[in-house]
Amino acid sequence: MVTVIDTKSGHSDGPRKGPVSVAASTRAKGAGGPSLYKPRTPIYPKLVHGRWRMVKWALLVMTLAIYYVTPWLRWHRPEGLPQQAVLVDFAGRRFYFFAIQLWPQEVYFITGLLVAAALALFLVSALFGRLWCGYACPQTVWTDLYIVVERLFEGDRNARMKLDAAPLSFDKAWRKSGKHLVWIAIAVATGGAWILYFQDAPTLWRQFWVGQAPVTAYISVAVLTFTTYSLAGTMREQVCTYMCPWPRIQGAMLDEHSLQITYRNDRGEPRGPHKKTEGWEGRGDCVDCNQCVVVCPMGIDIRDGAQIECINCGLCADACDEIMVRVGRPQALISYDTDSAVADRAAGRKPVYKLVRARTIYYAAALALVTGLMVWGFATRSAVVFDVLRDRNPTFVRLHDGSIRDGYTLKVANRSFERQTYVITLTGLPADSLKVPGQDVTTGALTLTVPANEVDSLRVLVAAPPEAITAASMPVVFHLRAGKTAADVPSVFLSGAANPQ
Amino acid sequence: MSHEKETDAHSGMETTGHEWDGIKELDTPLPRWWLWIFYGCIAFAAVYWILMPSWPGITGYSHGLLHDSARANVVKDLAGLQAQRATEANRLSTASLETIEKDPQLQAYALAVGQSIFGDNCATCHGSGGTGGKGYPNLRDDVWLWGGSLEDIQRTITYGVRADDPNTRFSQMPSFGRDKILQPDQVSDLTEYVVALSHRKADAAAVARAAPVFQANCAVCHGPQGLGNQAMGAPNLTDSDWLYGADRASIHDQIWNGHGGVMPAWGHRFDANTIKALTVYIHANAGGK
Repeated sequence: MVTVIDTKSGHSDGPRKGPVSVAASTRAKGAGGPSLYKPRTPIYPKLVHGRWRMVKWALLVMTLAIYYVTPWLRWHRPEGLPQQAVLVDFAGRRFYFFAIQLWPQEVYFITGLLVAAALALFLVSALFGRLWCGYACPQTVWTDLYIVVERLFEGDRNARMKLDAAPLSFDKAWRKSGKHLVWIAIAVATGGAWILYFQDAPTLWRQFWVGQAPVTAYISVAVLTFTTYSLAGTMREQVCTYMCPWPRIQGAMLDEHSLQITYRNDRGEPRGPHKKTEGWEGRGDCVDCNQCVVVCPMGIDIRDGAQIECINCGLCADACDEIMVRVGRPQALISYDTDSAVADRAAGRKPVYKLVRARTIYYAAALALVTGLMVWGFATRSAVVFDVLRDRNPTFVRLHDGSIRDGYTLKVANRSFERQTYVITLTGLPADSLKVPGQDVTTGALTLTVPANEVDSLRVLVAAPPEAITAASMPVVFHLRAGKTAADVPSVFLSGAANPQ
Repeated sequence: MSHEKETDAHSGMETTGHEWDGIKELDTPLPRWWLWIFYGCIAFAAVYWILMPSWPGITGYSHGLLHDSARANVVKDLAGLQAQRATEANRLSTASLETIEKDPQLQAYALAVGQSIFGDNCATCHGSGGTGGKGYPNLRDDVWLWGGSLEDIQRTITYGVRADDPNTRFSQMPSFGRDKILQPDQVSDLTEYVVALSHRKADAAAVARAAPVFQANCAVCHGPQGLGNQAMGAPNLTDSDWLYGADRASIHDQIWNGHGGVMPAWGHRFDANTIKALTVYIHANAGGK
């Protein structure tokens, strides 16, 4: 559909024969002044029962339960560390997920997870269409929940339409305000649960109600209350159609072999009303009852074919099945099917379903690769990170007896849940070259104790006697040991041999 | 600029009445959102005048209802910072220099403070890496003019060298050539002698000629063997470390002119804690002596 934005038609210059564009006709309908916006056509989705509706109910309960319950799960960790199973600890700069704790430096695991999730979405879209949009997307789940509330206060489709058209009365007032109050309560709960992922949930819960929680907590709740209320309550399908990029992107993942909610026009057409006494010869199965349209939360007619607004929720399929049973025709006039299968049947061929296609193989391979990398990265993740930073200014110092001294800062990140005492040694130069400034002890091995889940640094000086110096740049290796944990970090010792003072 | 209201036939917009070569200017109204933001700014300004300091007067300025002051805020922030550091600062002020160096936590605090103080104040002369330059001692090696122990370093920082302080460290290398204390050829011979002291090849005849001159003029401070004297700030002439340069020309120049730098007495500017931290920082980075 092409929309022409016509900035001229707001002004009358002579009689007009009719609107020149959709924008102009929309403007003509709107009161007062030119507008570039298309007013929303209200949608009153009717309650439907059936297979896909059951799946949607189940997923709604499941996803909401995961969202609201997860922050309350506890997980035992050593003293001093958070006991919450899933926690994004900004203050402590850690991400806890049950037995896993991630450091900010390991953000690539999150990146990998997001890439894997995106690839999984591509694969699922190529195989089964927009399952995410129809069943699992928060926009879908919360909108569904809001419609439940709406139905509770205002009744089903017909009652709601009647109520909206009716003049203001006490009955209308309490139903409307009741609905909005419950909506706001749900919105607050949405934001309220969100903040619990970022701080110890029981503590924050108590602080929140007595005004002692951080300001960011209240702001987050306010923002999420606003977005939940407006996105799920008042904007609904407009979010999917106008705001979300995914419907536009997913066109690139779908092809004629992807399963999509499809009106099987080979079977349905020609459509028309059907009397019980008539036969079914020479006509299609569609009785034009319009049930697929009235149950659609997106306000579209699936019989027009696949369209960007369709979230593939399957409610029209449920509605149609109900009617087909009633008129005594086989079910699945509207169902998950592929364009190619419909075309095959229309041409009298046996429909072929191809799950394995170049597209799905590529997506699966990419997904396997990223997942494999993630698993490998996790399996080889070390409990300690040892970094050696050589002083750059000065690069070396010449002492009175001709020996050369370099400075290094050793950083040890203890990523385990226990306090560790590490032994640090040096190879490549005489063992006693290594020492800590200000402490005369030169034993050849240094110890550093780092508390659990923390990072500590140690400044060391390495002084080599003239006879040990053989090159301007000499390779050295710092060794770190604590039980089975080990790390060896190569560095260099710059002697200045090529640059005599 | 009164004129008949004229409506542009094409756009349906009024014109301003201005015309250039037949082109008329449309009187397009400002976008509503822009106008409201503009009004909002005016309202904000009015409120700001009342709440915040804004109007200059003859003897002062209007303080506003909030009595906000950037200067007072800084003072408050600094006080807050000091309160935050109070625990470490208190421990630092009571602990001895040796104790600070042995306590890893306290040492880490002192090193952090010392590093920032060094960068702001000392790096100007001694270099950001502390390696100094010609005339500015290297603080990273193990050669010290005035001693490299914790106490020696603390004293040098507090009172300075040839500084404006009664307790300052003071030494004076005479200008043997410029003040005509020695003859030019004697200075040249002494140069060879000093080169020989630091275990380098030198003209043997000149060294022999200079030996009595050295004992008569230089040994008082630098010692008979040229090993120097840290109590007097006299450098060791036998090592490879040269404040004013190692080559013959530099040594000759130093004997002739007798350069001596000045280090300020930082006790006038820093509190005792800062000097302590700085001492530990310099001592640690020099490897500790």
